[in-house]
Amino acid sequence: MVKHVDAIIVGAGWAGSIMAKELTEAGLSVVMLERGPERTTPVEGAYPDSIDELRGAIRKRLFQNLSQSTVTIRNTMDQTALPYRQLAAFLPGEGVGGAGLHWSGVHFRVAPEDLRLRSAVIERYGEKFIPEGMNLQDYGVTYDELEPFFDKAEKVFGTSGEAYRVQGKIVGDGNVFSPDRSDNFPLPAMKDTFSASVFRDAAKNAGYHPYALPAANASRQYTNTYGCQMGPCNFCGYCSGYDCYLYSKASPNVNILPVLRQDPGFSLIADAHVLRVDLDSTKTKATGVTYLDTKTRKEISLSADLVILGAFQFNNVHLMLVSGIGKPYDPVSNTGTVGRNFVYQTITSSRVWLPPSTYTNQFVGAGGAGVAIDDFNSMNFDHGPLGFVGGSPVWVNQAGVKPIAAALGAGGGGTPRWGSAYKDSLVNTYKHSLGIDAHGSNMAYRDVYLDLDPTWKDAYGQPLLRMTFTWKDNDIRMNQYVVSKIEPIARAMGATKMNLVHLNAGQPFDTRTYQTTHLGGGAIMGDNPQTSAINRYLQSWDVSNVFVIGSNAFPQGMGYNPTGMVAALAYWAAHHIRATYLKSPGPMVKA
Amino acid sequence: MKWRLFVACLLGAGLTGSATAQDADKATLEKGRYLAAASDCAACHSVHGKPEYSGGVSFSLPMGKIYSTNITPDPEHGIGRYTEAQFGRAVREGIRRDGSTLYPAMPFPSYARMTDSDIHALFVYFRKGVPAASVPTPDNEIPWPLSMRWPLTVWRWVFAPTPHTAIPRTAGEFTDPQLARGAYLVEGPAHCGACHSPRAITMQEKALTADGGSLYLSGGAVVDGWTPPSLRQENRTGLGRWREEDIVAFLKTGRAETGSVFGSMTSAVLHGTQKLTDEDLRAIAHYLKSLQAADHSQTPWTYDPTITDQLHKANLSSRGARVYIDRCAACHRTDGKGYPAVFPPLAGNPVVMQSDPVSLVHIVQAGATLPAMMAAPSSIAMPAFNHKLTDQQIADVVTFIRKAWGNNASPVSADDVKQFSKSMPPSDMADDTPALN
Repeated sequence: MVKHVDAIIVGAGWAGSIMAKELTEAGLSVVMLERGPERTTPVEGAYPDSIDELRGAIRKRLFQNLSQSTVTIRNTMDQTALPYRQLAAFLPGEGVGGAGLHWSGVHFRVAPEDLRLRSAVIERYGEKFIPEGMNLQDYGVTYDELEPFFDKAEKVFGTSGEAYRVQGKIVGDGNVFSPDRSDNFPLPAMKDTFSASVFRDAAKNAGYHPYALPAANASRQYTNTYGCQMGPCNFCGYCSGYDCYLYSKASPNVNILPVLRQDPGFSLIADAHVLRVDLDSTKTKATGVTYLDTKTRKEISLSADLVILGAFQFNNVHLMLVSGIGKPYDPVSNTGTVGRNFVYQTITSSRVWLPPSTYTNQFVGAGGAGVAIDDFNSMNFDHGPLGFVGGSPVWVNQAGVKPIAAALGAGGGGTPRWGSAYKDSLVNTYKHSLGIDAHGSNMAYRDVYLDLDPTWKDAYGQPLLRMTFTWKDNDIRMNQYVVSKIEPIARAMGATKMNLVHLNAGQPFDTRTYQTTHLGGGAIMGDNPQTSAINRYLQSWDVSNVFVIGSNAFPQGMGYNPTGMVAALAYWAAHHIRATYLKSPGPMVKA
Repeated sequence: MKWRLFVACLLGAGLTGSATAQDADKATLEKGRYLAAASDCAACHSVHGKPEYSGGVSFSLPMGKIYSTNITPDPEHGIGRYTEAQFGRAVREGIRRDGSTLYPAMPFPSYARMTDSDIHALFVYFRKGVPAASVPTPDNEIPWPLSMRWPLTVWRWVFAPTPHTAIPRTAGEFTDPQLARGAYLVEGPAHCGACHSPRAITMQEKALTADGGSLYLSGGAVVDGWTPPSLRQENRTGLGRWREEDIVAFLKTGRAETGSVFGSMTSAVLHGTQKLTDEDLRAIAHYLKSLQAADHSQTPWTYDPTITDQLHKANLSSRGARVYIDRCAACHRTDGKGYPAVFPPLAGNPVVMQSDPVSLVHIVQAGATLPAMMAAPSSIAMPAFNHKLTDQQIADVVTFIRKAWGNNASPVSADDVKQFSKSMPPSDMADDTPALN
């Protein structure tokens, strides 16, 4: 006898936890399945074990176990993909909280024109401006529609920030390019680190518009809309890769799960690797899911009326492909949607050294704190003469450099990796340098996509997901242009030395060094079932009782960090499921 | 058709009639459930992982170990064969169905104050609202001749009040209805004095009521490694600086701006006080605030910023300051004020200033987990430091905390810490919590 529940949620990260909260509020019985282990802040997050760098960021405590399941990667369609065997370029999470437990906490909304980028580019520069082979698309949802859900998410996350405009009135020194808000941030902005304040001054003097990064690191103690408590951040620097022992960094574990776990309608099953969504014979209705209990190695099926995929971006796509939800994308015939518009972000990190009399103290930091400029992001500048689509915020986001990372990162580039010169450079870099990032967008292309690997299988016998990805000329030139704008700012900051990093023409994607975990697309939202896998409510066009929540919905990679957008999309989808779908299940948009 | 309608009407009438009786029964049962929470029955009669109220909680007494009994309606191992009168006698007078006397670990001298109607509701709840569990109670581990029960009977005759005297005594203390309600709850079902009042050498509480003298709730002897503080109005070590709303928040959520729950009290809040109505919690707080200080010698605590200033200037010359900065300051802050209701303050915290430092040392050694409560779902943990700090370091940091910010309490030696480590409670308090958040 297969157990039946109203809704099954795959993945215990932000998307899954938000959906579980909303659906239990609507009175549904909800089972959430997480393939990794249980993680709770009082146990796993306990100080000081939680900030053991060797165990944490170096040995990847909170990240996906690639020995069980991974992806294969190739740059171009004529290559043979090989498995991603060591975590490096991107770091998907595993365990309760998912990537929402190990993230850093930068909590953006969205640049409104990024949601309708195709329309905006055509309006401003004409259709011919879009390069051949670029699948530029709109989301099918507007900022005004999402605004209440951004607001709701910030009040759950305890987001610290400085607003610019609230209900049409300029209220503060926030980001002048940011859209109108219905309310202020729930907490004041995090304080600037010294490095961020130097950047703020230099950027302002250069005529740019610096603002405090919105951070889901609590600048004060906070009790959120669910009654969950956060402690204030002390800039210890153990955000990204760690579970915050101060309860300061928002995570599903701190901000949502405490209240969900008290709900009798909710249950969470950890160590449950979902193998597939089960479909009926018409392939238009999901009947439940089948998962493997990784402790007992038993396969268990659950039946449900509603299945929410809230796993990491590429795991959502993988589950759709192995389950037969929607039509797989084929780049040759340019048909199908699942796997289409796989996108990344174009990020390069430069380093600047200040005089020895100034101390940047790189050990200090907070994952979401910092100062940014949006003058070269989204549609905020004239792309006409530049000839590329997209942009990058530029920021000093001093997140805290941990000791092992500092030691591993020192040397190189003309400096020895051992001996006294190495040590001098290590100390000098730790005390007096700062990082400046160009955190850019990444466009979608016809020949950049996800599909099932024809050769490699995971530990459970299922084909691995295959990534075909490399850097494209449009994004390389965007990155070079934005990085060129960093140099004068760095000089004005008093740089004695700088190492400006940008992509080079023709440079392929290299999986060996960390870039970002902000993967997107592959099961994108949109208005057209021919070019999107899910509709504007994140509902599968093909299997209407499956919703796919996550950055998989992004048609192109934006300059901003994705978590705020994912959270808002989750609340948006949940709102419409509650308001419309549950009353009359079925497709919410006519295909 | 008509015949069917007639039957339906009859059935309807019957249902309506019995529904009223059922509603009354249900109301009584719910009242009993509430009183069971107010009386904190679960703290002693429920073990994590076993059926609710099936007993088996052990109590270490000087003469041996005793176990709480199964109070589910199971006829063999529980109270299934008790009549209501027998049940009332056991709860209020400590007399078992077989006529022998209960160990006064069962707080019948306090429960003696409970009214007949409350005892009735409690009986209904334990007979009809609790599932029967066929779980035998372990045999007590007390050697003969100490295992003989007749001395308990003598003890009961001498020290335990009967309902006949206890009910009017508590009911007659206050005319203000809120104070009277607070007195009833605190002195009766909540049996706060069982831990928070001092006991004589013959183990009876030195006072059982507000009018019994200022020793009532003036702080008890160590229970399970924790020293119950005074609940009277001492400025430094009592509730003198707690507002009524702090007491209400503490009892409702386990956390207040003035401090968080820990040790044995955690289970009292978890199983008991968090389930009380705000009105009853306010009555308790109002009543506690009416209890004058027993110790009049305490100079009022005022915040002294000297240590804070030193720490802000990186002056770590005070004994224990370095350990404090490395291990404690992230949450409790250099100014000792903590982040109220998340991380409790150490400056001015009565537990920090208690003359007996055992609770403070045990918190440092064993850590403390504030569990999720219904009205405050976040579980907040302090880690255990017994494996990370030496006895000397713990002594230094506890001495530092007890001295700083105007606390001015006596120092603690490494020998004290070593001694206390023998009675250290189990580290993982979280085991007892229903949900780890």
